[in-house]
Amino acid sequence: MAYPIHLARAVLAGVTLCAGAASAQELNLYTSREPGLVEPLLQAFTESTGIAVNTVFLKDGIAERVEAEGAASPADVLMAVDVGNLADLVDKGLTQPVDSEVLTTAIPENLRDPDNHWFALSMRARVVYADADMDLDAITYEELADPKWQGKLCIRSGQHPYNTGLFSAYLAHHGAEATEAWLDGIKANLARQAGGSDRDGAKDILGGICDIAVANSYYVGLMRTGAGGEEQKAWGEAIKVILPTFEDGGTHVNISGAAVAKNAPNRDEAVQLLEFLVSDEAQQIYARANFEHPVKPGTALDPVVESFGPLTPDTIPLTQIVTHRAEASRLVDKVGFDN
Amino acid sequence: MTLANSPDGIQSRHLRARGGAWIVASCVIAGLVLLPVLALLWQAMRGSDGLWSHLAANVLPHAITQTAILLAGVGLLVAVIGTLSAWLVTAYDFPGRRMLEWALLLPLAVPTYIVAYAYLDLLHPLGPVQGVIRAILGYDSPRDFRLPDIRSMTGAILLLSLVLYPYVYLPTRAMFLTQAASLVEVSRALGTTRAQVFHRVALPLARPAIAVGMSLALMETLNDIGASEFLGVRSLTIAVYTTWVTRYDLPGAAQIALAMLALVIALVSLERWARRRQRFSTSAQRGRSFAPRVLTGRAAGFALGLGLLPVVLGFLIPASYLAVEAWERFRLAGFSAGLVTEARNTFLLSAIATAAVVACGVVVSYGARARPGRLSAAALRVASMGYAMPGTVLALGILTVVAGLDRWIDATARDWLGVSTGLVLIGSGMALGYAYLARFLAISTGSVEAGFSRIPRSYDHAARTLGRGPGETLWQVHLPLSRGAMAAAGLLVFVDCMKELSATLLLRPLNFETLATRIYAEAARGTYENAAYAALAIVLVGLLPVILLARIGRMGQKP
Repeated sequence: MAYPIHLARAVLAGVTLCAGAASAQELNLYTSREPGLVEPLLQAFTESTGIAVNTVFLKDGIAERVEAEGAASPADVLMAVDVGNLADLVDKGLTQPVDSEVLTTAIPENLRDPDNHWFALSMRARVVYADADMDLDAITYEELADPKWQGKLCIRSGQHPYNTGLFSAYLAHHGAEATEAWLDGIKANLARQAGGSDRDGAKDILGGICDIAVANSYYVGLMRTGAGGEEQKAWGEAIKVILPTFEDGGTHVNISGAAVAKNAPNRDEAVQLLEFLVSDEAQQIYARANFEHPVKPGTALDPVVESFGPLTPDTIPLTQIVTHRAEASRLVDKVGFDN
Repeated sequence: MTLANSPDGIQSRHLRARGGAWIVASCVIAGLVLLPVLALLWQAMRGSDGLWSHLAANVLPHAITQTAILLAGVGLLVAVIGTLSAWLVTAYDFPGRRMLEWALLLPLAVPTYIVAYAYLDLLHPLGPVQGVIRAILGYDSPRDFRLPDIRSMTGAILLLSLVLYPYVYLPTRAMFLTQAASLVEVSRALGTTRAQVFHRVALPLARPAIAVGMSLALMETLNDIGASEFLGVRSLTIAVYTTWVTRYDLPGAAQIALAMLALVIALVSLERWARRRQRFSTSAQRGRSFAPRVLTGRAAGFALGLGLLPVVLGFLIPASYLAVEAWERFRLAGFSAGLVTEARNTFLLSAIATAAVVACGVVVSYGARARPGRLSAAALRVASMGYAMPGTVLALGILTVVAGLDRWIDATARDWLGVSTGLVLIGSGMALGYAYLARFLAISTGSVEAGFSRIPRSYDHAARTLGRGPGETLWQVHLPLSRGAMAAAGLLVFVDCMKELSATLLLRPLNFETLATRIYAEAARGTYENAAYAALAIVLVGLLPVILLARIGRMGQKP
């Protein structure tokens, strides 16, 4: 009668033993950041600490999966792009605070959660690509709605997090009414329907579809170095990068970051990974391999990124910008931005 | 064609006497499909403030129009391409016909998002097509001359139809092959012209097959995100996605998805209701193709060219594009190390899931046949629901169910055995098998049901009179006779499992990638060129079942 239970217990004990033996050396990462961008960092981490990292790339459902898995979740570190996604993880109670002097020393205060739940690891600016031959050296975000760009502007879907992030910042600066008018103006300036990827902006400038495009800063490095193939070098060379600013502020930046999961079975290793990611070595990888802006002050930029000129991040805190996300998304629908 | 078969009466009552186990099994399977939908209903009930007023004012007017145009366009085009190509290779004989019979299935192996991306790149002002046109016309720069953008509704309708028409072609050809023969011959004997035979006999006869194929193609279209996003179509599914991802409003997204599901169920029921008076005779003679008309000379060349057109546009061009891109990638960065593992994962996972999905499809379809009645009919309908929802949303419902079960198993093991099992279903990948079952059961029940419907009821009666139970009858009569239909079901399910992204992305274990998730991981950061290998591999893996099916189909044709 009791035999099946004994058998089950023996099998389970065996399984658990194997898992347990390995778990001292490993850590589980749930990431909505693309694996290609994360892998070089994880390899460096494993080399320097001997801790193996198991990864699953989840994109949009990271919060839902961790929430559904509950206390049994194997997730240790949650990694995400966009401050809104990180804040969402915290709001849903899926993270835990980390008290680490290494992290708080390396990361400026405005780039981490006030309660130490999430930490930014890299920054990217939302910039303007312009036809390299055009006589244009500076532009404000407000000017993107200027009718002089009519039929000349390319941008990806207004509902993409990179854009809702920028639009939320605009809301924080100017309020709902002005933002709606601004979005209407941009919509009227579009050379083609909003869509595609950021890189398509550069490609479409070379293809003669548009003169300027709104996109993230790091794509330029990927294109100009030819990491994605020879033809992309041409796209990268066809454009120049202008760091736009708000009339009453700086350039909109967004972050990639990470948090330790609430039920992390390997909490110590998780903190070790976070601390490693703000080390000089890792911050260099962010700068050189991903062409991002490191969060740690004093880390050297990639020459391509440095050539854009000095970056002055906008002064409104990310945590405040996040609160406008849903409103920004609704305004995008309201003006029919993507239609 | 309205020869009523009479399943009722004494004989049917005799059939009903056994087969209760089939009903139970059908209901269990239907329950498995229903659970994630119920989980979503529970999500939806949590409420979403002001969602519908926002949607009604700002989203629905545009999204519904776009969705309706897209569905109408794709529906019409897949029906036309699928039916005509099926008729072409059954009613006519010309050099190359045998090759066309299976080649017309090839576009199935190309996921919609890949065909969209390939054509976007090929037709971009910087791409080869416009480059050649500029060179011929003597323009130097794309700023001086360029063609209209493919990113449009027209582009979306054309591209989706080019890879989705095999859903219509496959069942319609089977219908022409097995059913049309005698009727077409009689029609001809009665003096009907060839054109009239198609319109008045073959087409009405093939209507159930066309309807099944179209509904599969339309649900693929309705739930498509990747291609629509590339091509700038703002469909309802995009609205669901935006509500969830950009506004963090899962209850709202679940509400829209369930509303869409209700609409789809209503439309499918309407189509069935419109066909309610039609009875399709089940000919006892099986698999006898009617003598096709032999074409020669220019007519044969024209027929071959016409048949090749969808194959070239829907398969050869995108596949060649991927081959060239993969070659470029190989020269630049060498061979991608993970590719073999990813291809193996994709193949094994899809093959195992396909076996399960087809088996469950047989159980549910046979349940409805062995014990006709409301319960078994309801189980059959419910089993098809998963396909009618956006995959992203259904995946969230499945996550709730599977993770709930996993937590229960873990907690029970802790209580009883004192050990933690961790998340067994998610950790082992069984969650993925369940997801594919819930999502694609509609495809297998659809095909298997159609296959069974071609087997005369008298066969069931005969087998049962000879003392065979329902199980033996299935094994000895129905399965051998519907081998072609099951192979077709297997093919469609396999390629769909292989292309599936939403559920695979959300539910797979740690350190487990398939070709689709690899492609997505690269596409998400815009490095499409890195995905060329995986995209080519997905097309190649998809070819295996197509070839297999072609062989089985050919065997089935031999008497």
